[in-house]
Amino acid sequence: MSEIKNIKNLKEFSTSADRFEGANLLCPGCAHSIIVREVLNATNDDLILSASTGCLEVCTAVYPYTSWDASWIHIGFENSSTAVAGAEIMYKALKKKGRLKQPERTPKFVSFAGDGASYDIGFQWISGCMERGHNMMHIVLDNEVYANTGGQRSSSTPIGSSATTSPEGKKSYGEKRNKKDMMAIMAAHGIPYVAQVAPNKWKDMVKKIQHGFAVEGPVFINAVSPCTTEWKFDPKDTMNIADLATDSLVFPLYEIIDGRELNITYRPKNIVPVEEYLAAQGRFKHLFKDEYKYLIKEWQDRVDEKWAYLQRREEARI
Amino acid sequence: MMTKKGWDEFEIGAMLRTFNGKIDDIAGTQQQDRDYSENSSYTASVADWRLIKPIFNKDYCIDCQFCWVYCPDVSIISRDKKLIGVDMDHCKGCGICVEACPTNPKSLLMFPEQADEESEIANWPKKDEKEA
Repeated sequence: MSEIKNIKNLKEFSTSADRFEGANLLCPGCAHSIIVREVLNATNDDLILSASTGCLEVCTAVYPYTSWDASWIHIGFENSSTAVAGAEIMYKALKKKGRLKQPERTPKFVSFAGDGASYDIGFQWISGCMERGHNMMHIVLDNEVYANTGGQRSSSTPIGSSATTSPEGKKSYGEKRNKKDMMAIMAAHGIPYVAQVAPNKWKDMVKKIQHGFAVEGPVFINAVSPCTTEWKFDPKDTMNIADLATDSLVFPLYEIIDGRELNITYRPKNIVPVEEYLAAQGRFKHLFKDEYKYLIKEWQDRVDEKWAYLQRREEARI
Repeated sequence: MMTKKGWDEFEIGAMLRTFNGKIDDIAGTQQQDRDYSENSSYTASVADWRLIKPIFNKDYCIDCQFCWVYCPDVSIISRDKKLIGVDMDHCKGCGICVEACPTNPKSLLMFPEQADEESEIANWPKKDEKEA
Protein backbone atom coordinates (compact mmCIF):
# COMPACT_ATOMS: atom_id res chain seq x y z
CA MET A 1 0.00 0.00 0.00
CA SER A 2 1.13 3.50 -0.72
CA GLU A 3 1.27 6.14 1.94
CA ILE A 4 -1.65 8.44 2.51
CA LYS A 5 -0.67 12.03 1.89
CA ASN A 6 -0.51 13.99 5.12
CA ILE A 7 -2.79 17.03 4.89
CA LYS A 8 -3.44 18.58 8.28
CA ASN A 9 -4.35 22.09 7.24
CA LEU A 10 -4.83 24.27 4.23
CA LYS A 11 -1.25 25.55 4.29
CA GLU A 12 0.06 22.02 3.97
CA PHE A 13 -2.49 21.30 1.26
CA SER A 14 -1.29 24.34 -0.68
CA THR A 15 2.18 22.85 -1.14
CA SER A 16 0.65 20.30 -3.55
CA ALA A 17 1.85 20.46 -7.12
CA ASP A 18 -1.30 20.65 -9.23
CA ARG A 19 -1.83 18.02 -11.87
CA PHE A 20 -4.67 19.90 -13.50
CA GLU A 21 -3.84 22.94 -15.62
CA GLY A 22 -5.40 26.29 -16.24
CA ALA A 23 -6.41 27.64 -19.65
CA ASN A 24 -9.04 24.93 -19.83
CA LEU A 25 -12.27 26.24 -21.33
CA LEU A 26 -14.59 25.80 -18.34
CA CYS A 27 -16.69 28.86 -17.54
CA PRO A 28 -15.18 31.39 -15.14
CA GLY A 29 -16.26 30.32 -11.67
CA CYS A 30 -17.01 26.71 -12.59
CA ALA A 31 -16.97 24.37 -9.60
CA HIS A 32 -15.93 21.34 -11.68
CA SER A 33 -12.28 22.30 -11.71
CA ILE A 34 -12.32 23.16 -8.00
CA ILE A 35 -13.55 19.65 -7.24
CA VAL A 36 -11.07 18.07 -9.64
CA ARG A 37 -8.17 19.98 -8.07
CA GLU A 38 -9.18 18.99 -4.56
CA VAL A 39 -9.44 15.35 -5.61
CA LEU A 40 -6.13 15.20 -7.51
CA ASN A 41 -4.26 17.07 -4.79
CA ALA A 42 -5.49 14.65 -2.14
CA THR A 43 -2.92 12.08 -3.23
CA ASN A 44 0.68 11.94 -4.42
CA ASP A 45 0.19 8.61 -6.16
CA ASP A 46 0.05 8.13 -9.90
CA LEU A 47 -3.37 8.66 -11.35
CA ILE A 48 -5.26 6.95 -14.13
CA LEU A 49 -8.23 9.11 -14.98
CA SER A 50 -11.13 9.21 -17.37
CA ALA A 51 -13.98 11.58 -18.02
CA SER A 52 -17.35 11.09 -19.61
CA THR A 53 -18.57 13.44 -22.27
CA GLY A 54 -19.70 16.57 -20.55
CA CYS A 55 -18.46 19.98 -19.55
CA LEU A 56 -15.33 18.65 -17.89
CA GLU A 57 -14.34 16.54 -20.86
CA VAL A 58 -14.99 18.99 -23.68
CA CYS A 59 -13.34 21.84 -21.83
CA THR A 60 -10.18 20.11 -20.65
CA ALA A 61 -9.35 18.21 -23.82
CA VAL A 62 -9.77 20.66 -26.66
CA TYR A 63 -7.51 19.34 -29.37
CA PRO A 64 -4.57 20.07 -29.59
CA TYR A 65 -4.53 20.88 -25.87
CA THR A 66 -4.96 18.82 -22.75
CA SER A 67 -5.28 20.18 -19.23
CA TRP A 68 -4.36 16.92 -17.53
CA ASP A 69 -0.90 16.07 -16.24
CA ALA A 70 -1.82 12.45 -15.59
CA SER A 71 -2.94 9.55 -17.79
CA TRP A 72 -6.40 10.52 -18.91
CA ILE A 73 -8.81 8.98 -21.38
CA HIS A 74 -12.13 9.88 -22.90
CA ILE A 75 -14.20 7.40 -24.86
CA GLY A 76 -17.93 8.04 -24.82
CA PHE A 77 -20.75 9.59 -22.86
CA GLU A 78 -21.60 6.53 -20.85
CA ASN A 79 -18.37 4.70 -20.20
CA SER A 80 -15.86 6.71 -18.21
CA SER A 81 -16.37 4.19 -15.43
CA THR A 82 -15.83 1.13 -17.61
CA ALA A 83 -12.79 2.69 -19.29
CA VAL A 84 -11.11 3.02 -15.93
CA ALA A 85 -12.38 -0.41 -14.84
CA GLY A 86 -10.67 -1.89 -17.90
CA ALA A 87 -7.40 -0.17 -17.05
CA GLU A 88 -7.68 -1.40 -13.49
CA ILE A 89 -8.25 -5.03 -14.55
CA MET A 90 -5.30 -4.81 -16.91
CA TYR A 91 -3.12 -3.38 -14.17
CA LYS A 92 -4.05 -6.28 -11.91
CA ALA A 93 -3.37 -8.83 -14.66
CA LEU A 94 0.03 -7.35 -15.51
CA LYS A 95 0.93 -7.22 -11.86
CA LYS A 96 0.02 -10.89 -11.43
CA LYS A 97 2.17 -11.82 -14.40
CA GLY A 98 5.04 -9.72 -13.09
CA ARG A 99 5.15 -7.55 -16.17
CA LEU A 100 4.89 -4.16 -14.52
CA LYS A 101 8.02 -2.05 -14.87
CA GLN A 102 7.52 -0.37 -11.49
CA PRO A 103 5.30 -2.69 -9.46
CA GLU A 104 5.92 -0.73 -6.27
CA ARG A 105 3.95 2.20 -7.63
CA THR A 106 0.24 1.88 -6.96
CA PRO A 107 -1.82 4.07 -9.24
CA LYS A 108 -5.27 5.30 -8.28
CA PHE A 109 -8.11 4.79 -10.73
CA VAL A 110 -10.62 7.59 -10.91
CA SER A 111 -13.44 8.27 -13.34
CA PHE A 112 -15.19 11.61 -13.53
CA ALA A 113 -18.64 12.09 -14.95
CA GLY A 114 -21.38 14.66 -14.84
CA ASP A 115 -24.78 13.92 -13.38
CA GLY A 116 -26.21 13.26 -16.83
CA ALA A 117 -23.51 10.73 -17.57
CA SER A 118 -23.97 9.06 -14.19
CA TYR A 119 -27.63 9.32 -13.23
CA ASP A 120 -29.01 8.66 -16.72
CA ILE A 121 -26.75 7.69 -19.57
CA GLY A 122 -23.94 5.85 -17.81
CA PHE A 123 -26.09 4.38 -15.08
CA GLN A 124 -25.88 0.77 -16.22
CA TRP A 125 -22.12 0.97 -16.74
CA ILE A 126 -21.49 2.43 -13.29
CA SER A 127 -23.76 -0.12 -11.69
CA GLY A 128 -21.77 -2.86 -13.44
CA CYS A 129 -18.44 -1.45 -12.25
CA MET A 130 -19.69 -1.22 -8.69
CA GLU A 131 -21.11 -4.73 -8.76
CA ARG A 132 -17.93 -6.27 -10.20
CA GLY A 133 -15.87 -4.79 -7.40
CA HIS A 134 -13.20 -2.92 -9.33
CA ASN A 135 -10.70 -1.03 -7.23
CA MET A 136 -11.74 2.37 -8.55
CA MET A 137 -13.46 5.58 -7.65
CA HIS A 138 -16.31 7.13 -9.58
CA ILE A 139 -16.89 10.82 -8.98
CA VAL A 140 -20.07 12.54 -10.07
CA LEU A 141 -19.80 16.27 -10.67
CA ASP A 142 -23.42 16.91 -9.86
CA ASN A 143 -24.66 20.17 -11.36
CA GLU A 144 -28.21 18.84 -11.72
CA VAL A 145 -28.53 19.56 -15.42
CA TYR A 146 -26.99 18.71 -18.81
CA ALA A 147 -24.97 21.90 -18.72
CA ASN A 148 -22.72 21.11 -21.68
CA THR A 149 -25.54 20.80 -24.21
CA GLY A 150 -27.57 23.78 -23.07
CA GLY A 151 -29.31 22.92 -19.83
CA GLN A 152 -31.66 20.00 -20.50
CA ARG A 153 -33.11 18.28 -17.45
CA SER A 154 -31.41 15.18 -16.11
CA SER A 155 -32.78 12.81 -13.48
CA SER A 156 -30.73 14.78 -11.00
CA THR A 157 -32.65 17.99 -11.65
CA PRO A 158 -34.68 18.89 -8.55
CA ILE A 159 -38.36 19.87 -8.41
CA GLY A 160 -39.12 23.41 -9.48
CA SER A 161 -35.87 23.98 -11.32
CA SER A 162 -36.31 25.58 -14.73
CA ALA A 163 -34.38 23.63 -17.36
CA THR A 164 -34.56 24.09 -21.12
CA THR A 165 -36.60 20.90 -21.56
CA SER A 166 -38.72 21.59 -18.49
CA PRO A 167 -39.04 25.36 -18.56
CA GLU A 168 -41.16 27.39 -16.22
CA GLY A 169 -44.03 29.33 -17.72
CA LYS A 170 -47.71 30.10 -17.40
CA LYS A 171 -48.72 26.47 -16.94
CA SER A 172 -45.62 24.96 -15.44
CA TYR A 173 -43.25 25.53 -12.55
CA GLY A 174 -40.42 23.70 -14.28
CA GLU A 175 -39.14 20.25 -13.39
CA LYS A 176 -41.88 18.11 -11.84
CA ARG A 177 -40.00 15.08 -10.59
CA ASN A 178 -37.76 14.86 -7.62
CA LYS A 179 -34.06 14.19 -7.79
CA LYS A 180 -33.03 10.57 -8.01
CA ASP A 181 -31.40 9.32 -4.81
CA MET A 182 -28.21 8.03 -6.39
CA MET A 183 -26.47 7.71 -3.02
CA ALA A 184 -29.01 5.16 -1.82
CA ILE A 185 -28.88 3.25 -5.11
CA MET A 186 -25.09 3.02 -4.98
CA ALA A 187 -25.11 2.08 -1.30
CA ALA A 188 -27.54 -0.71 -2.17
CA HIS A 189 -24.76 -2.27 -4.26
CA GLY A 190 -23.05 -2.95 -0.95
CA ILE A 191 -19.85 -1.22 -2.05
CA PRO A 192 -17.27 -0.26 0.60
CA TYR A 193 -17.70 3.48 0.41
CA VAL A 194 -20.30 5.96 -0.80
CA ALA A 195 -20.02 9.63 0.07
CA GLN A 196 -21.49 13.00 -0.75
CA VAL A 197 -19.02 15.90 -0.83
CA ALA A 198 -19.00 19.62 -1.54
CA PRO A 199 -16.08 21.73 -2.79
CA ASN A 200 -16.54 24.39 -0.11
CA LYS A 201 -15.87 21.81 2.63
CA TRP A 202 -12.41 21.00 1.32
CA LYS A 203 -11.22 19.21 4.44
CA ASP A 204 -14.22 16.91 4.57
CA MET A 205 -13.74 16.32 0.85
CA VAL A 206 -10.03 15.46 1.16
CA LYS A 207 -10.73 13.14 4.07
CA LYS A 208 -13.40 11.28 2.13
CA ILE A 209 -11.32 11.05 -1.04
CA GLN A 210 -8.34 9.71 0.91
CA HIS A 211 -10.57 7.19 2.64
CA GLY A 212 -11.91 6.22 -0.76
CA PHE A 213 -8.39 5.73 -2.12
CA ALA A 214 -7.40 3.67 0.90
CA VAL A 215 -10.23 1.14 0.76
CA GLU A 216 -10.10 -1.85 -1.55
CA GLY A 217 -13.03 -1.93 -3.92
CA PRO A 218 -15.34 0.45 -5.75
CA VAL A 219 -16.05 3.88 -4.32
CA PHE A 220 -18.81 6.24 -5.35
CA ILE A 221 -18.56 9.98 -4.66
CA ASN A 222 -21.30 12.49 -5.39
CA ALA A 223 -19.86 16.01 -5.52
CA VAL A 224 -22.09 19.06 -5.60
CA SER A 225 -20.97 21.36 -8.39
CA PRO A 226 -22.78 24.72 -8.54
CA CYS A 227 -23.08 25.74 -12.18
CA THR A 228 -22.83 29.46 -12.75
CA THR A 229 -24.34 29.22 -16.23
CA GLU A 230 -27.33 26.95 -15.63
CA TRP A 231 -28.08 27.75 -12.00
CA LYS A 232 -27.85 31.38 -13.04
CA PHE A 233 -25.75 33.18 -10.47
CA ASP A 234 -22.72 35.43 -10.60
CA PRO A 235 -19.41 33.54 -11.16
CA LYS A 236 -17.90 34.96 -7.99
CA ASP A 237 -20.67 33.37 -5.89
CA THR A 238 -19.88 29.73 -6.68
CA MET A 239 -18.57 29.00 -3.21
CA ASN A 240 -21.33 31.02 -1.54
CA ILE A 241 -23.94 28.90 -3.33
CA ALA A 242 -22.09 25.76 -2.28
CA ASP A 243 -22.12 27.08 1.30
CA LEU A 244 -25.87 27.65 1.07
CA ALA A 245 -26.37 24.16 -0.37
CA THR A 246 -24.56 22.45 2.49
CA ASP A 247 -25.81 24.74 5.26
CA SER A 248 -29.45 24.54 4.15
CA LEU A 249 -29.07 20.72 4.09
CA VAL A 250 -30.24 20.55 0.49
CA PHE A 251 -26.95 18.69 0.04
CA PRO A 252 -26.23 17.03 3.36
CA LEU A 253 -22.68 15.73 3.61
CA TYR A 254 -22.63 12.11 4.68
CA GLU A 255 -21.00 8.79 3.93
CA ILE A 256 -22.23 5.21 3.83
CA ILE A 257 -19.75 2.46 4.66
CA ASP A 258 -20.31 -1.05 3.30
CA GLY A 259 -23.81 -0.07 2.26
CA ARG A 260 -24.97 0.02 5.87
CA GLU A 261 -23.23 2.36 8.29
CA LEU A 262 -24.27 5.93 7.66
CA ASN A 263 -22.26 8.80 9.13
CA ILE A 264 -23.21 12.45 8.85
CA THR A 265 -19.88 14.26 8.41
CA TYR A 266 -21.01 17.86 8.52
CA ARG A 267 -23.62 19.41 10.80
CA PRO A 268 -24.12 23.11 10.10
CA LYS A 269 -24.05 25.29 13.21
CA ASN A 270 -26.77 27.51 11.82
CA ILE A 271 -29.14 25.77 9.47
CA VAL A 272 -30.12 28.15 6.68
CA PRO A 273 -33.72 28.07 5.38
CA VAL A 274 -34.02 26.39 1.99
CA GLU A 275 -35.67 29.56 0.75
CA GLU A 276 -32.30 31.35 0.87
CA TYR A 277 -30.68 28.65 -1.23
CA LEU A 278 -33.50 28.87 -3.80
CA ALA A 279 -33.52 32.67 -3.83
CA ALA A 280 -29.82 32.85 -4.68
CA GLN A 281 -30.32 31.09 -8.01
CA GLY A 282 -31.99 32.24 -11.21
CA ARG A 283 -33.30 28.76 -12.02
CA PHE A 284 -35.68 28.93 -9.03
CA LYS A 285 -36.70 32.58 -9.52
CA HIS A 286 -40.26 31.75 -10.58
CA LEU A 287 -40.92 29.85 -7.33
CA PHE A 288 -41.21 33.22 -5.60
CA LYS A 289 -44.32 34.13 -7.61
CA ASP A 290 -47.47 33.92 -5.50
CA GLU A 291 -48.94 30.91 -7.28
CA TYR A 292 -45.82 28.77 -6.76
CA LYS A 293 -44.94 29.82 -3.23
CA TYR A 294 -46.36 26.56 -1.84
CA LEU A 295 -43.49 24.75 -3.56
CA ILE A 296 -40.95 26.48 -1.31
CA LYS A 297 -42.68 25.04 1.73
CA GLU A 298 -42.73 21.62 0.09
CA TRP A 299 -39.00 21.99 -0.57
CA GLN A 300 -38.34 22.77 3.08
CA ASP A 301 -40.47 19.84 4.24
CA ARG A 302 -38.67 17.48 1.89
CA VAL A 303 -35.25 18.62 3.08
CA ASP A 304 -36.28 18.37 6.75
CA GLU A 305 -37.67 14.90 6.20
CA LYS A 306 -34.48 13.75 4.50
CA TRP A 307 -32.35 15.21 7.29
CA ALA A 308 -34.46 13.45 9.92
CA TYR A 309 -34.13 10.21 7.99
CA LEU A 310 -30.33 10.54 7.76
CA GLN A 311 -30.07 11.22 11.48
CA ARG A 312 -32.24 8.21 12.31
CA ARG A 313 -30.14 6.03 10.00
CA GLU A 314 -26.96 7.27 11.65
CA GLU A 315 -28.30 6.53 15.10
CA ALA A 316 -29.63 3.09 14.25
CA ARG A 317 -26.32 1.96 12.66
CA ILE A 318 -28.16 -0.21 10.16
CA MET B 1 -1.13 19.22 -34.86
CA MET B 2 -4.53 20.39 -35.95
CA THR B 3 -3.07 23.58 -37.37
CA LYS B 4 -1.46 21.57 -40.17
CA LYS B 5 -4.75 19.99 -41.20
CA GLY B 6 -7.44 21.28 -43.50
CA TRP B 7 -10.84 22.41 -42.25
CA ASP B 8 -12.46 19.07 -43.12
CA GLU B 9 -9.74 16.84 -41.73
CA PHE B 10 -9.70 15.51 -38.21
CA GLU B 11 -7.81 12.86 -36.34
CA ILE B 12 -10.14 10.07 -35.25
CA GLY B 13 -8.24 9.16 -32.14
CA ALA B 14 -5.46 11.20 -30.71
CA MET B 15 -2.94 10.91 -27.94
CA LEU B 16 -1.42 14.04 -26.52
CA ARG B 17 1.69 14.14 -24.39
CA THR B 18 1.68 16.79 -21.71
CA PHE B 19 5.43 16.86 -21.22
CA ASN B 20 8.52 16.82 -23.40
CA GLY B 21 10.52 13.76 -22.49
CA LYS B 22 10.11 11.80 -19.31
CA ILE B 23 8.83 13.03 -15.98
CA ASP B 24 8.96 10.62 -13.10
CA ASP B 25 7.36 12.37 -10.15
CA ILE B 26 4.74 14.84 -11.31
CA ALA B 27 3.15 15.19 -7.89
CA GLY B 28 6.53 16.22 -6.50
CA THR B 29 7.41 18.68 -9.26
CA GLN B 30 6.03 22.20 -9.16
CA GLN B 31 4.78 23.80 -12.35
CA GLN B 32 7.83 25.99 -12.94
CA ASP B 33 10.10 22.92 -12.96
CA ARG B 34 8.06 20.93 -15.47
CA ASP B 35 8.92 20.72 -19.14
CA TYR B 36 5.47 21.23 -20.65
CA SER B 37 4.97 20.33 -24.28
CA GLU B 38 3.01 22.56 -26.63
CA ASN B 39 0.01 20.24 -26.12
CA SER B 40 -0.45 21.20 -22.49
CA SER B 41 -3.02 23.89 -21.94
CA TYR B 42 -0.51 25.35 -19.47
CA THR B 43 1.22 26.84 -22.51
CA ALA B 44 -2.03 28.45 -23.67
CA SER B 45 -3.65 31.58 -22.29
CA VAL B 46 -7.20 32.63 -21.47
CA ALA B 47 -6.18 36.12 -20.37
CA ASP B 48 -8.41 37.65 -23.06
CA TRP B 49 -11.53 36.23 -21.32
CA ARG B 50 -11.15 38.71 -18.49
CA LEU B 51 -13.03 41.95 -18.07
CA ILE B 52 -11.98 42.38 -14.48
CA LYS B 53 -8.81 41.14 -12.88
CA PRO B 54 -7.69 40.42 -9.34
CA ILE B 55 -4.85 42.46 -7.88
CA PHE B 56 -2.93 40.95 -4.98
CA ASN B 57 -1.71 43.15 -2.15
CA LYS B 58 0.72 41.13 -0.09
CA ASP B 59 0.75 43.64 2.79
CA TYR B 60 -2.55 42.30 4.12
CA CYS B 61 -2.21 38.63 3.14
CA ILE B 62 -2.18 36.12 6.00
CA ASP B 63 -1.40 33.14 3.74
CA CYS B 64 -4.58 31.31 4.73
CA GLN B 65 -4.69 29.77 1.22
CA PHE B 66 -8.48 29.90 0.86
CA CYS B 67 -8.01 31.59 -2.51
CA TRP B 68 -5.59 28.85 -3.54
CA VAL B 69 -7.94 25.98 -2.76
CA TYR B 70 -11.02 27.60 -4.33
CA CYS B 71 -9.36 28.92 -7.50
CA PRO B 72 -10.94 27.03 -10.41
CA ASP B 73 -8.14 27.88 -12.80
CA VAL B 74 -5.00 27.01 -10.85
CA SER B 75 -4.13 30.70 -11.04
CA ILE B 76 -3.25 31.44 -7.43
CA ILE B 77 0.44 30.66 -7.09
CA SER B 78 1.49 29.37 -3.69
CA ARG B 79 4.95 28.09 -2.90
CA ASP B 80 6.23 26.92 0.49
CA LYS B 81 2.91 27.85 2.14
CA LYS B 82 3.21 31.46 0.96
CA LEU B 83 1.02 33.17 -1.60
CA ILE B 84 3.21 34.60 -4.34
CA GLY B 85 0.79 36.07 -6.82
CA VAL B 86 -1.79 35.51 -9.52
CA ASP B 87 -1.09 33.70 -12.79
CA MET B 88 -2.46 36.23 -15.27
CA ASP B 89 -2.20 33.86 -18.24
CA HIS B 90 -4.75 31.46 -16.77
CA CYS B 91 -6.96 33.66 -14.58
CA LYS B 92 -10.45 34.12 -16.06
CA GLY B 93 -11.44 36.83 -13.63
CA CYS B 94 -14.28 35.01 -11.88
CA GLY B 95 -13.62 36.68 -8.52
CA ILE B 96 -13.97 33.60 -6.28
CA CYS B 97 -10.59 34.41 -4.67
CA VAL B 98 -11.82 37.85 -3.62
CA GLU B 99 -14.98 36.34 -2.11
CA ALA B 100 -12.90 33.77 -0.25
CA CYS B 101 -10.39 36.29 1.13
CA PRO B 102 -11.01 36.72 4.90
CA THR B 103 -8.72 39.67 5.66
CA ASN B 104 -9.87 43.20 6.40
CA PRO B 105 -9.27 44.99 4.08
CA LYS B 106 -9.14 42.16 1.54
CA SER B 107 -5.72 41.35 0.15
CA LEU B 108 -7.24 40.49 -3.23
CA LEU B 109 -9.63 42.84 -5.00
CA MET B 110 -11.10 42.96 -8.48
CA PHE B 111 -10.27 45.88 -10.77
CA PRO B 112 -10.98 46.61 -14.42
CA GLU B 113 -8.59 44.79 -16.72
CA GLN B 114 -6.81 48.02 -17.71
CA ALA B 115 -6.18 49.13 -14.11
CA ASP B 116 -2.59 49.80 -13.14
CA GLU B 117 -1.38 47.46 -10.42
CA GLU B 118 1.03 49.82 -8.68
CA SER B 119 -1.33 52.74 -8.38
CA GLU B 120 -4.21 50.52 -7.21
CA ILE B 121 -2.03 49.02 -4.48
CA ALA B 122 -0.97 52.54 -3.45
CA ASN B 123 -4.66 53.53 -3.14
CA TRP B 124 -5.76 50.28 -1.46
CA PRO B 125 -8.98 50.64 0.61
CA LYS B 126 -8.51 51.12 4.34
CA LYS B 127 -9.69 48.75 7.03
CA ASP B 128 -13.44 48.48 7.13
CA GLU B 129 -14.57 49.23 10.71
CA LYS B 130 -17.41 47.00 11.82
CA GLU B 131 -20.44 48.80 13.14
CA ALA B 132 -21.12 48.04 16.77
